[in-house]
Amino acid sequence: MKMRKEPIFELERVSFTYDGKVTALREVSLAVAAREKIALLGANGSGKSTLLMILAGLYFPALGQVRAFGNALTEEAFKDESFAFSFRRKVGLLFQDPDVQLFSPTVWDEVAFAPLQLGLDQEEVVSRVEEALRLLRIESLRDRAPHRLSEGEKKKVAIASILSLHPEVWLLDEPTAGLDPRTESWFLDFICQLNEVGHTVITATHDLDAVDLIADRIYVLSEENRLIAQGTRQEILSDRELLLRCNLTHEHRHRHERLEHAHPHRHPERHIHPHE
Amino acid sequence: MRARRGFIERSIADITATLEKAIFSEELARKEGLLQNLDPRMKVITFLALLLAVSLSQGLLIIVALYFLTLLLAWRSRIPLGFFIKRVWLFMPFFTGMVALPALFNIFTPGEPIVTLWQTERFHLAITIQGLRTATFLVLRVGVSVSLALLSVLTTPWATLLKALHILRLPQVFILILGMAYRYAFLLLHTANSMFLARQSRTVGQMPGGENRRWIAASASTLLAKSYHLSQEVYLAMLSRGFRGEAQMLDTFRLKPSDWLWGATLLALALLAVLM
Ligand SMILES: Nc1ncnc2c1ncn2[C@@H]1O[C@H](COP(=O)(O)OP(=O)(O)O)[C@@H](O)[C@H]1O
Ligand SMILES: [Mg+2]
Repeated sequence: MKMRKEPIFELERVSFTYDGKVTALREVSLAVAAREKIALLGANGSGKSTLLMILAGLYFPALGQVRAFGNALTEEAFKDESFAFSFRRKVGLLFQDPDVQLFSPTVWDEVAFAPLQLGLDQEEVVSRVEEALRLLRIESLRDRAPHRLSEGEKKKVAIASILSLHPEVWLLDEPTAGLDPRTESWFLDFICQLNEVGHTVITATHDLDAVDLIADRIYVLSEENRLIAQGTRQEILSDRELLLRCNLTHEHRHRHERLEHAHPHRHPERHIHPHE
Repeated sequence: MRARRGFIERSIADITATLEKAIFSEELARKEGLLQNLDPRMKVITFLALLLAVSLSQGLLIIVALYFLTLLLAWRSRIPLGFFIKRVWLFMPFFTGMVALPALFNIFTPGEPIVTLWQTERFHLAITIQGLRTATFLVLRVGVSVSLALLSVLTTPWATLLKALHILRLPQVFILILGMAYRYAFLLLHTANSMFLARQSRTVGQMPGGENRRWIAASASTLLAKSYHLSQEVYLAMLSRGFRGEAQMLDTFRLKPSDWLWGATLLALALLAVLM
């Protein structure tokens, strides 16, 4: 693997607890360089969402250091308007629960929220919104209330609302959960394209199939909320024992003629299976 | 066979259904009618003037006349009148009964008795003419005000209403709170409803009263905790998309000649109602 310079995120022994009781992360250290394609892999409750919230500058750990774009990422730092502005503009976070993210009265307003907060002029706002709606194929939803949409539609609106921000860094929390197969594969492609044109993409997921497509490098979180492995996609995905230990199941997709179905199953022992 | 539903359950189901029909579906707001075609800013201003007239006017007949004007407007805006009248006056006892009822009696409103309810040497309880007048004024004022408010909400998509309030320079915080309140009302009602449904599907026969009350108390606290958590997360989602305490919106409203005509007419009527 090529070594890249400019680290954009650096975490050093970061621990995070909720209300001083529930521990979500224990001494996590990692570094992400610009233009990388990274996956955070872990079972439910392993701390992936918490980690993304920290990277997004929304949670601030009491222990350990977080640096982003060469600055310490602390509550104090965000009091500086110009730093807050440039950071928010660069980093987009897709929340795991789209209900949290959709707070505007209509889909159009939702997608326009970020560009309007950035203070772009009216024409630019409109063109960004229309572009995002078109790419996600949700033009027909423009006047609907986001909270009344189906789960899959909500997810698309949430994605569009980040897209209109034009961020350099995409933080994605289980982005394919709840998407229909066609939109899912479109979105996985889209993530790869984003990366190819120079964006950094960090995806939290427990879907091993998705990871195969959207990560060059993988960090694995254990159920004890520790970072227990990191490596290239090949290294991590071929370590069955590790995946099993972290309670990560592998989904097999089979095609029978034109029907596709998936079923989860665990690997009791090493075995080989063809992909495509 | 379905278990009989308790009072609280029935009320919650009823309120959800009403809100759903009246506000959340925006079915009425999208019809072609008199009020739907007005500029929302002009609508807000004239309705505020009417509300003011209702609370300042000293004539019972004038308030009744304003109510008929409201009904006329509702009819011209294709609001089902039966629904519109019933919804307001059925809920009225809940809201004003507590305040209006005592006002009837000589203890609170001294005056000429018309009906004596209790008479001993030292104690006299009667309904007075002045009391009746005060109570009638109160109930009418509240009823007509609620009708006016409901009518403006019914004929304006929520998003448009909030935008109009924003442009009319209502404080940001107030508009944000209104927007959030609306979203939470929706979410909470739906959650409450599905909690009731989920319980119903697990309960055979009827729950004993005490157990039922405990269940309702426990659910209420779960709901509150949920909404608190949600509001925190929503705020973070707004921050991460560049929100800095002042939401930016697009102003796309245009006043037509008919809006000016409407404004002049209604403001004159309101002024007349106060002066008469
Ligand atoms: N808001 C919260 N309050 C308290 N505990 C939380 C909160 N959010 C997450 N947790 C706890 O923190 C741990 C990590 O959660 P999370 O980061 O959501 O994991 P993941 O996204 O990998 O499923 C879990 O034990 C979870 O129960
Ligand atoms: Mg998560």
